[in-house]
Amino acid sequence: MELLFDINPGLIIWTILSFLVLLFLLAKFAWTPILKMLGDREGQIRSALEQADRARTEAEEMIKQNEKNLARAEEEYQKMIREGKMLAEKLKDEIVVKAKQQAQQELKKASEEIQRNIDAAKLQLRSEIAGLAIQATEKILDETLDDARRKKLTDSVINKLPKN
Amino acid sequence: MIFEPSIIADSLQHTAHAAADTAAAAHAAGGHGGAFNFMHLLEHIKNSNTIEFPFVHLSLPRFAPLHIGGLALDLSITKHVFFLLLGGILLFIAAVFAARSYKKSLVPRGFVNLLELIIIFIRDEVVLPNMGQAGLKYMPYMLTTFFYILVMNLCGLVPYGATPTGNIMVTAGLAIIAFFMIQISAIKSQGLKHYLAHLTGGAPWFLWPIMIPIEILGLFTKPFALCMRLFANMTGGHIVILSLFGLIFMFRSFAVAPVPLLFVVGIYMLELFVAFLQAYVFTMLTSLFMGLGMQAEGHEEHHSHSS
Repeated sequence: MELLFDINPGLIIWTILSFLVLLFLLAKFAWTPILKMLGDREGQIRSALEQADRARTEAEEMIKQNEKNLARAEEEYQKMIREGKMLAEKLKDEIVVKAKQQAQQELKKASEEIQRNIDAAKLQLRSEIAGLAIQATEKILDETLDDARRKKLTDSVINKLPKN
Repeated sequence: MIFEPSIIADSLQHTAHAAADTAAAAHAAGGHGGAFNFMHLLEHIKNSNTIEFPFVHLSLPRFAPLHIGGLALDLSITKHVFFLLLGGILLFIAAVFAARSYKKSLVPRGFVNLLELIIIFIRDEVVLPNMGQAGLKYMPYMLTTFFYILVMNLCGLVPYGATPTGNIMVTAGLAIIAFFMIQISAIKSQGLKHYLAHLTGGAPWFLWPIMIPIEILGLFTKPFALCMRLFANMTGGHIVILSLFGLIFMFRSFAVAPVPLLFVVGIYMLELFVAFLQAYVFTMLTSLFMGLGMQAEGHEEHHSHSS
């Protein structure tokens, strides 16, 4: 028992002394800096995590916004195409109608022209026929008609001819 | 802790007389020429004025005892004092190295990782649950207690080393510090008046002559238990190892050596675990006792309401 419970107050003094010196030195040079660093690092990690979280929410917000923008752009684009198509349709109709009108006008003009030409030709033909008839008459009668008679005769021939 | 058979044999040479029953048993089992005294194996866990290294016995300086009053104070550097100081120096170097490494980079590396793991464990699992936020200012004390005890426990597991914590005077010293820390933290957090009032146990005044001695005794039992627990745990493992080696000498044959050796390796592993465990238990209980004292204010109110 004396061996295990060796009473030696000097050892107690040594223990307490060395412990207190060690406590003082370690607290000053090791534990305080280490604990402070650990706290700082935990704060850093926490703030980094929070920042990452915030960045993620922001990114999500942005994606949502982008999607909304994209949808709106798509809608606008569809609308534009639709409107363009409608405009083109209208324009086309207008052009066609106008062209038709113009064509009809041209046709009318042309037919009028033709008619006029035909009329003129007929008139000419008539006077020509009358002339020939008078010439033939003169030949038959063997005499030359004076101008007054010729005119009178021509008019009567023309009038006797069918209108067309 | 010494595993060198030559040194154990050396102590055998000192065996002059067999007094203990173990020696008698050894004599009965043994053989011829010199009895084996088990008590001499135990010399190796005892404090002494020499440190045994292979082939060298280093004599440590002896100082004349100081006489203070009737008390003789022997402040000689004994084996345990030597390892006490060596452990402290090693711990200081390691901890300062760790603190320096954080200046270079916040990311710990290698051995610093282990240190940090333990520091965070003590902070989050020992101090905070037992003492709350107010306990953080006692962190340096807790960390020093844990690491110093751990280093001293491990000292004995190195060949030629000795375990200072296997000496009851060392554990008594640690317990005295723990005692003062418990009282100081209690007085600081609840004030001297409440602290003294708590010593009455909230009993009516005529019971005070009984209550006050009981409460004061209660203050001492906690550190006393700390002291005994650490001492017994650290001594016990070493005695088991020495007893197993003693078997070789009792049988006086190297043929039996492999069997105790196998057991000793197992016990050694257990000792390694116990070294960490006891450092943890000492720290944990100290913080628990400090936490109890710091929260006793609410406890006190409870007393006054009920009485």
